Amino acid sequence: MTDMTESTPPVLDIRRVCVTFAKPSGEPFPVLTDIDVSVQEGEILGLLGRSGSGKSTLLRVAAGLIRPRSGIVSYRGAPLTGPTEGIAVVFQTFALYPWLTVLENVELGLDALDLPESQVRQRANSAIDVIGLDGFQSAYPRELSGGMRQRVGFARALVSNPILLLMDEPFSALDVLTAETLRTDFLDVWTSHRLPTKAVLTVTHNIEEAVLMCDRILVLAPNPGHIAAEIKVPLAQPRNRLDAAFRAIVDEIYSILTSRMAETVGPQGGMRRGLVPQLPEVSADRLGGFAEALAAPPFDGQAELPRIARPLALEVNQLFPIAAALHMLEFAELHDSTIKLTSAGRVFADSGADDRKRLFREHLLRFVPLAAHIRQILDEREDHRAPRARFEFELEDHLPEREADATLRTAIGWGRYAELYGYDDTTQMFTLDHMAA
Amino acid sequence: MEHHAEVLRGVVWQPRPPGWRDPVAILLVLGVVMLIGIGIREMTAPFALEHQPEIALSPAALPYYTLRTIMRMLAAMVASLIFTFAYATPAGKSRRAEMILIPILDVLQSVPILGYLSFTVVFFVSLFPGSVLGPELAAIFAIFTSQAWNMAFSFYQSLRTVPIDLDEASRSFRESGWQRFWRLEVPFAMPGLVWNMMMSMSGGWFFVVASEAIAVGDLHLALPGVGSYVALAIEKRDLGAVGWAILAMTIAILLYDQLLFRPMVAWADKFRSEQTAAQVVSRSWILDLFRQSNLHKMIGAPIGAALKRASRARMSLSARSSVPHWSPPQMVLDVLWIGLIAGALVYIGGAIARFAGSALSWTDVSLVARNGALTLLRVALLVAIASVVWVPIGVAIGLRPKFTARVQPVTQFLAAFPANLLFPIAVFLITRFHLAPEIWLCPLMILGTQWYILFNVIAGASNFPSDLREAAASFRVRRWRWWRDVMIPGIFPYFVTGAITASGGAWNASIVSETVSWGSTKLTAGGLGAYIAQMTDAGDYPHIALGVAMMSVLVIAANRLLWRPLYAYAERRTRLD
Repeated sequence: MTDMTESTPPVLDIRRVCVTFAKPSGEPFPVLTDIDVSVQEGEILGLLGRSGSGKSTLLRVAAGLIRPRSGIVSYRGAPLTGPTEGIAVVFQTFALYPWLTVLENVELGLDALDLPESQVRQRANSAIDVIGLDGFQSAYPRELSGGMRQRVGFARALVSNPILLLMDEPFSALDVLTAETLRTDFLDVWTSHRLPTKAVLTVTHNIEEAVLMCDRILVLAPNPGHIAAEIKVPLAQPRNRLDAAFRAIVDEIYSILTSRMAETVGPQGGMRRGLVPQLPEVSADRLGGFAEALAAPPFDGQAELPRIARPLALEVNQLFPIAAALHMLEFAELHDSTIKLTSAGRVFADSGADDRKRLFREHLLRFVPLAAHIRQILDEREDHRAPRARFEFELEDHLPEREADATLRTAIGWGRYAELYGYDDTTQMFTLDHMAA
Repeated sequence: MEHHAEVLRGVVWQPRPPGWRDPVAILLVLGVVMLIGIGIREMTAPFALEHQPEIALSPAALPYYTLRTIMRMLAAMVASLIFTFAYATPAGKSRRAEMILIPILDVLQSVPILGYLSFTVVFFVSLFPGSVLGPELAAIFAIFTSQAWNMAFSFYQSLRTVPIDLDEASRSFRESGWQRFWRLEVPFAMPGLVWNMMMSMSGGWFFVVASEAIAVGDLHLALPGVGSYVALAIEKRDLGAVGWAILAMTIAILLYDQLLFRPMVAWADKFRSEQTAAQVVSRSWILDLFRQSNLHKMIGAPIGAALKRASRARMSLSARSSVPHWSPPQMVLDVLWIGLIAGALVYIGGAIARFAGSALSWTDVSLVARNGALTLLRVALLVAIASVVWVPIGVAIGLRPKFTARVQPVTQFLAAFPANLLFPIAVFLITRFHLAPEIWLCPLMILGTQWYILFNVIAGASNFPSDLREAAASFRVRRWRWWRDVMIPGIFPYFVTGAITASGGAWNASIVSETVSWGSTKLTAGGLGAYIAQMTDAGDYPHIALGVAMMSVLVIAANRLLWRPLYAYAERRTRLD
């Protein structure tokens, strides 16, 4: 607080904030640790990270929707204790009330202000006008396309003339073309200074989107969420994707994210140390397909992640789990923003279905302690059966419920593919029925 | 002044000629208002137990009786709605309130309504001595108990499942509790609530008929209404009068459906979120009529605007915000709270034990248990037989969309029709042909509720994905395998829902159908329902309570051990994600 270098105080200041959720056992599970963020007047600040890095949680802290376990959040110098006037949120899923018309949904943004009816109507209509929704006032959300719905989301957030606008992956539920249009329209309104809004904090997992929009980007890394890097984007608006400076920043962010990933998912001692790495949510099929593409020209076994993401039409949140899984299984190595098939990875990519399965099974046993652990338990038991709940409990010592469930689902999928073990969903039991001994 | 000029030229501004819709709409509104007025005046009239108004058997008196019956239904519906909001809201919002309110609701749902009618009648009559309001309230309470529980459950479920993004939007825009309730929670709950109101209402007719004419020990009550009319017809062995009553009830149910529920369902459609878009667009000619008439613009629009303004008022003194955050479990408060509940339970348990110990013996308990087993056997057999009959028929109907559209309203009507109006005809036939009452009275138990099985199976079959049907056809899956692998799993969750309703209804109906009379002839089939009915006649409260408790335990046991696991299994197996 003392080393304030800016002339004006930050719009939002987050200091040493930690957030914890409760594990099913009731113990706290850290989601964010020791976060320092300040949003300055006049900037668009981006929060970028893989899923599970806590970026949406951080946005909710800024919105006053989640109260941090420790640390201080202050909005224009005063402590933030809950949702407050001057901060508005645009949601990923739009969060429109389906039973209200466009106009009524926008008016909802003024509910808390207790204004006279005529003023409510007038302000709602002018927000609708700014955001390009004129003529849709009496439509219900279900009659609108995704892009139009998110425009309502924007109008509802802007109608209260917020000082700080928070956006939670506002374009990620839209198709590429619509997202592009909406983003450009928003940047037009923002750069023309038609809004009283002084600062924007936006969450995204799309690297190019972050570089297109933001003046400053904070890269978040998971386990538990913390800020891994800060990147300034000193480019003038409107920005060009093909610009060399633009590409350089994108590549830099890719390599920050991948080097972090290689550290966190690298093969570890696993169960013996009581440490269970979270498994990436990706099917074995997808791994095979990606390995094939990587082995084929023009990549010939080695590619920079931004280069291979494009032709395969993969977004970062789809690409990274695949890369992480291949790295974890030692079918590939991640280095900076480059992914390179190992010799085993090449064989995996080139072989037919049966050989691929055999190889996958071998690597699964060697490099994924959870899968090896499940198989070992089943082997030890007389009837070769073990309830899912057993492994769920073990995982929930280390992970919150949702992550534990996702990891177990991945382990089930991989184990079934490798024919390492089977799983019966009706009885919720792991089995060795129909498995090679 | 300018307007006048334009009127003269007759170009721009013109008073719209009142269309045919307006007189119709105005007449409907005035008629309903007048009838409600008459009903309320009569319901609060002075009344003496010794000089009750005579019930007349002439068909000319029936319209008036029907009006009184309808009024009771309406009053109960309003009471149920208020109860729903008042009871389910704390249960949905406070963890500690939920801990006691929901188990209580769960038990209340399983208590046979007609069983405790005797208690409530005495209670309400003593509450308003000398006024007809006492017996009226007792009848209304009986209908209320048949509707309120599942409406409250539906609302509670909705409160618990408000989508997280809408909840966050509401919080981030700092809506007050009042605004949030009317703008988010009630609209979100509306489709489920309206559906449950409709289902409850169709169950309610049965109880209104049963509760209008009641005798507890020496206390004989007969409120003007269709139920009392039928009771008198039974006493006088007048089959013609029974026919008139059936006609009157048919008209009443059809009117209720057209004037109240169709418009409500069509209106509630707009609260549906896209994810659960209705397959069929609900339409109601009444709603269309009002929406298109000038009356709507003159009266409806201002009322709508006023309601909207009310829902938007903040109604909170300070802009208090509630922010959930992780905190250590409030152990101390929880322990205190649970201790308090446990203490109350022990006290109530002790009181019941003292009361029961002085009036009941173990032989009573074993007698009631044997009767309970007999009725349990009957309910199980009847549900099984009804399933075997109605599942194939329901599937056959449900797979033919055009046929479904025509049959579904009929099954809905049959489910709503109070089967107890048909009992006299059955009893007449049984006595006429000297049939064994132990067997031939049983079908009466499921006469009214079997339609829920048919109704739900039709719904299930018509919602069956057509691609799965086509796949089955193209792989030539036939006959037995088609039933086993394709259709039964497809309709199973719907069937279970229908069977739960049918068996619950059958338990309730056993109280009025295991013992029936026709003039001075009395037929008894034995069983727990007959036991409760006999004890009610004798005014023997401890034994009534014992019978009701036994029935509740059996119903709860059946729900816990059979229906809920079946339902959970059905949900799990037919899901595809």
